[in-house]
Amino acid sequence: MVSALTASERTGALAILFALLGAGVVMAASTATRSDPMGFHGYLVMLYALGVMVALLRGYFDAEPPSSRLEHYYDDPTKAGIILAMGWAVVGMFVGDWVAWLLAYPDLTFNSAWASFGRLRPVHTTGVIFGFGGNALIATSFHVMQRTSRARLPDQLSPWFVLLGYNLFCLIAVSGYLLGITQSKEYAEPEWYADVWLVVVWVTYLVLYLRTLARRKEPHIYVANWYYLAFILVVAILHIVNNLAVPASFAGAKSYSLFSGVQDAMTQWWYGHNAVAFFLTAGFLGMLYYFLPKRAERPIYSYRMSIVGFWGITFFYMWAGSHHLHYTALPQWVQTLGMTFSLMLLIPSWIAAANALLTLNGAWDRVRSDATLRFMMMAAVFYGLSTFEGSFMAIRSVNSLSHYTDWTIGHVHAGALGWVALITFGSIYALVPWLWKRDAMHSPALVEWHFWLAMAGTLIYVFSMWNSGIIQGLMWRTYNDGGTLSYSFLDTVEAMHPYYIARAIGGLLFLIGAVIACWNIWKTIVTPSPGAVSVADGQPLPSLLPAE
Amino acid sequence: MFQTHYRLERKSLRLVLAIIVVASIGGLIEIAPLFTIDETVETDPQMRVYAPLELAGRNIYIREGCYACHSQMIRTLQDEVERYGPYSLAVESKYDHPMLWGSKRTGPDLARIGDKYSDQWHVMHLANPRGVVPQSIMPRYPWLTTTQLSVEHLGDDLRAMRTVGVPYTDAMIANASADAVAQASPDGDTAGLLKRYGEATQVRAFDGQQQTVTEMDALVAYLQILGKLSDAAKAPQNAKASGR
Repeated sequence: MVSALTASERTGALAILFALLGAGVVMAASTATRSDPMGFHGYLVMLYALGVMVALLRGYFDAEPPSSRLEHYYDDPTKAGIILAMGWAVVGMFVGDWVAWLLAYPDLTFNSAWASFGRLRPVHTTGVIFGFGGNALIATSFHVMQRTSRARLPDQLSPWFVLLGYNLFCLIAVSGYLLGITQSKEYAEPEWYADVWLVVVWVTYLVLYLRTLARRKEPHIYVANWYYLAFILVVAILHIVNNLAVPASFAGAKSYSLFSGVQDAMTQWWYGHNAVAFFLTAGFLGMLYYFLPKRAERPIYSYRMSIVGFWGITFFYMWAGSHHLHYTALPQWVQTLGMTFSLMLLIPSWIAAANALLTLNGAWDRVRSDATLRFMMMAAVFYGLSTFEGSFMAIRSVNSLSHYTDWTIGHVHAGALGWVALITFGSIYALVPWLWKRDAMHSPALVEWHFWLAMAGTLIYVFSMWNSGIIQGLMWRTYNDGGTLSYSFLDTVEAMHPYYIARAIGGLLFLIGAVIACWNIWKTIVTPSPGAVSVADGQPLPSLLPAE
Repeated sequence: MFQTHYRLERKSLRLVLAIIVVASIGGLIEIAPLFTIDETVETDPQMRVYAPLELAGRNIYIREGCYACHSQMIRTLQDEVERYGPYSLAVESKYDHPMLWGSKRTGPDLARIGDKYSDQWHVMHLANPRGVVPQSIMPRYPWLTTTQLSVEHLGDDLRAMRTVGVPYTDAMIANASADAVAQASPDGDTAGLLKRYGEATQVRAFDGQQQTVTEMDALVAYLQILGKLSDAAKAPQNAKASGR
């Protein structure tokens, strides 16, 4: 892959890696006099820089790539991103299922600090959201922006910087939790230096996206790109504001959040809910808007629905975060605004879901026969269901029951498993044969198996969490005839046990599906299609073809 | 409207600006006023700051991810007030950088756990929850009792907290390490600690061991102060859940 880089790009890469190595040395050295876990991250950064450097130097003196490369899209980073996404999927889902079993059998772990629930749980959330989801978004966005702009990536270095830099962030984050490095901000746990690094990576990502758009040969920017753009832009805003903090010392990991109490709570949930909105929804809608119509070979049902859905989601979501704080010390006017906008949010959400499903008109026979397209169709269905559930749970009186219970966990997983993971698997199953020039996935039967395992796992998970959440919420508020509370907290913990086992089984099925997907993708990559034309040539840039 | 959009979507920078503007409105309207409207946070002139040992304990609570299963926010609902105590006020987490309100109760709310159980109960429960409460599903933390608390740099922590708005004095910052040790050493010199943080400061060997200051000392000191930094919530008008 290094041979595709020009000589100046190789030099640039080497310079960046030396700078990164230096940063690692500084981090490790600054903690030399005080034992601080940040020192470990110094060594991790050094190791990462050296590892990439070895890979770079092995091809450093290869011949320059021919200028004919500019006639093809640049897909190497996309391929690497897909593989990384699947790797993170297995790790993140494995840890997720492990902590699920811990809730049923709390001693099913090692007797050391790193292996306790509180440290493993963010490994799961970061592993699946940022490791799996983030890599999938970056990889597919590189693919989609080139095709819909009919323009090649402007250079070959910055996509690698974005992809590998982002994965370094994920590694720092996940290893940090195991060492006890965390800000405790949900879904924004990494400490200040990791946050600063992510800003650098993310700005590069935005600039890369805009440079590609600037080179487009297609006058209109396709709807998938609106969503990817909103994802990149708004995640940057959210990340920077939510992570404002003052380090206790630049020689240590610990920092103190700039905001406190009620303002911090509102900021965290403004971030938290819009991480759902712009990371887990907008980005993946970008995926949906490209891969679903491509796979179904049908144009998007309605241009106008695309517009209304996009701007509705972009505007309404940003108000909804305060529904996480109903009946708390947050002023009621903010709670009421959050609830109101959460309800209105249902309209653009369902418009987006309906637009996707109506696109399948005329292609429903393929949904039956093609498991890849069925993944995408079910993703749109789960998107519609979980956005309905979300608006419902944002109603104050419903929230008084559901909040603090497993119902929230079930809702999140209806979205994360049913929507985010299914659209990602569908897109990857579509993309892998295209990128590696294969006729189809190695085993369509295994795609079918994966679909039904994922479906069964999701449904078992969601139903068990509905049960446990609603039962626990009701038990907490049940009074006996004497006017006192009927159940102790422990009674409600005991009542959860069977549902926690069921949930862990559902998660296990989902994990097995992901492992099967990895094997199938790997076999597809390493097995050339019979009678395929020379893979190295690739297809020329279809600059005369209409936009895809 | 759709014609306007037809033109907008041809200009990438205009699209970028439009997204930023449209997405910023909600956050600005909901968050910015929380810093300026006085009624958002009640005033309590008696509000205490965390003593260094308590702050160290809070950082252990954060490090171990306790917030993933325990909330510190009692909602204005009757059953919560009866189960956990008066509902939480904004002022009570005024010095919480970051806040630890939590989002899930796999275990019970801890906003008012302070003084509800003895130190010894907490020590035994943290080391082996099922030794005290057989049905518990909480992880064990036996190493807290054997791990020495690192107090050396607590002054840095207090200084950073002051930078973000907590009224620690110069004397508090200068004596942070010594005060942390003093709070867990009832036989030592505690006059300076009590002068700086008030006579009500709890000075005990929280983990039951006199000679050493462990992470268990810090964590139990923190748990025992929860809900006791401010008395604002005990005012009569807050004793019962209101209809808000």
